[in-house]
Amino acid sequence: MFSRIRALVLGLGVIVLLLGTGLAQSPHYKVGSAPSEEQLKTWSITILPDGTGLPEGKGTAAEGKDVYDRRCSECHGNKAQGADSSALIGGQGSLAGPKPLKTVTSYWPYATTMWDYVNRAMPFDTPGILTNDQIYAVVAYVLFLDGIVEENQELNRETLPKIQMPNRDGFVKDDRPDVGPTAHTPNR
Amino acid sequence: MRDGGVGDARLSLSVFLPRVNLGPSGFPSLAGYAPPCIIIASREGYVAETKFEKGSEVASRRKFLSLGAALGGALTACSDSGEPVPDEGPKRLGRAPNVYGERSPFEKEARRGAASKYPETGATRTPLQDSHGIITPSSLHFERHHAGVPAIDPAEHRLMIHGMVERPLVLTLDELKTLPSVSRLHFVECAGNSRGEWTDKKGATAQDSHGLASCSEWTGVLLSVLLEEVGVKPEATWLVAEGADACKMQRSLPLDKCRDDVIVAYGQNGEAIRPDQGYPLRLVVPGFEGNINVKWVRRLMLTEQAAMARDETSKYTDLLANGKARQFSFPMEAKSVITRPSGGQVLAGSGFHEISGLAWSGRGLIERVEVSIDNGASWQDAELQEPRHRIAFTRFRLPWTWDGAETVILSRATDETGYVQPTEQALLAVRGANSDYHNNCIKAWKISGDGRVTNV
Repeated sequence: MFSRIRALVLGLGVIVLLLGTGLAQSPHYKVGSAPSEEQLKTWSITILPDGTGLPEGKGTAAEGKDVYDRRCSECHGNKAQGADSSALIGGQGSLAGPKPLKTVTSYWPYATTMWDYVNRAMPFDTPGILTNDQIYAVVAYVLFLDGIVEENQELNRETLPKIQMPNRDGFVKDDRPDVGPTAHTPNR
Repeated sequence: MRDGGVGDARLSLSVFLPRVNLGPSGFPSLAGYAPPCIIIASREGYVAETKFEKGSEVASRRKFLSLGAALGGALTACSDSGEPVPDEGPKRLGRAPNVYGERSPFEKEARRGAASKYPETGATRTPLQDSHGIITPSSLHFERHHAGVPAIDPAEHRLMIHGMVERPLVLTLDELKTLPSVSRLHFVECAGNSRGEWTDKKGATAQDSHGLASCSEWTGVLLSVLLEEVGVKPEATWLVAEGADACKMQRSLPLDKCRDDVIVAYGQNGEAIRPDQGYPLRLVVPGFEGNINVKWVRRLMLTEQAAMARDETSKYTDLLANGKARQFSFPMEAKSVITRPSGGQVLAGSGFHEISGLAWSGRGLIERVEVSIDNGASWQDAELQEPRHRIAFTRFRLPWTWDGAETVILSRATDETGYVQPTEQALLAVRGANSDYHNNCIKAWKISGDGRVTNV
């Protein structure tokens, strides 16, 4: 009896293994392999606007000031006002004017984008060195500088996607062609 | 034109044909005979020779004459007298064959970019004014990098496809190369090409004004083939593509486009893609703005929402006059530019000049290019070089006899959808002055009485 159960378990194990092998290759051309859990985890760094992909961690603006001053201020200015690189704050209300200032706080529709971008691409010359906590904190600090979050408001995977960015509704679909004989009726 | 060509020097071309032996198999055999040799001679004398095989007999003038006579001139297009001019050139051996070709040291065309404190985010532009035909040499294809050019070992590179799929898959480059492949000519144009034309910083040359566009033959696997292999789940509507550069640049593509004509490319103009163009693997997304043609691509994730990545929100969105911004404005619309004569060139004098340029459309074939030589008062159809390719550069030409008077020349492209390249005023009227990207307006070049060509 016992050995029969063992045999069954073993048989099931073989079937699962075979299925696994079958899944590892593409059905038509029999190429490729299934990614390991490790690879899926470490490569999947995209943060979607609903917060999917955000990791554990937390931070506040108060904690983020130090990170910002050390890692960001050289290019973006000591108050995120811009230097060699873009201003990160300011410009709210300027988009329809003659000199629009497109910043994180005036233009970006989602706070998740900032977390994603800082994580993958910042600081410019050493991307990837910030910890998750530091990223939550520095995002909070920049948003705090333009009054979008409170100084001690904790950002984490739950609260960050809920931030309502000022320009969330500022984007329209591509309605080109917008001129000439094939032009669509503008949808804006 | 002062900057190129051989002027009116008449060339005569003689082809030395070896005697052809029919071997036992019935196929021609060249064994024991001099290999073919082409000599190009001009009125000024013998100027060039191409030998096809090391050690072949160098043709002497005597041979030239005797063979020329033997062939009865049938293969010889001769200069006025019908006689080749004596060869006064140095009798020096040229260099031996080498393993990877270089252009002539006399050719100086180069990509150009603005100096920057952060050159890794920089761009260089294709010298369109010096281009011939429709292919951009890989070495001159424009560059736009966001975190420098990564050095990638192809043996280590992987493409992972995952997300809303039945079977996540990791592929090596060797595996990708075993799959059914396609080779297609497509232009790639940066969405920001010609943005300076909307400002007071107009480009002095076609390179400056339009050089963030290039055209290559791309070889790779259709993305649709890979999507079949992974089995896309029905709820997926987007594909997020990510590169292996330092900033892991990512963009979201609509799934319909991915199932249509997107290429996961490893080849460019007959060889591996250049590092600055995405070696060893990139996306070619025909007709869509350059940034979405993700270079060094390493990951494709199927999702039911766009990533709202930095480069599809903060950048590459087109701010309109009312403060709203167009998002996911993918297609590069029909556009053209005259490359000869163009800014920075000088017409040597009145008389015959060929007007030549490039036209392209992200929506398909170029159907028509009109040229005006009188600042838009009248237009005439240019000849389109065949074969034309969908979503590729199309070369247009118009013979022109310049009377020496100051004028402005323009070109206007129409694509297969009926879309006509607009004026700058038409675009500004609809979009306002701050849309920045996707400037495809008609380009004007002014020709002064002294032959100088400038941007206007």
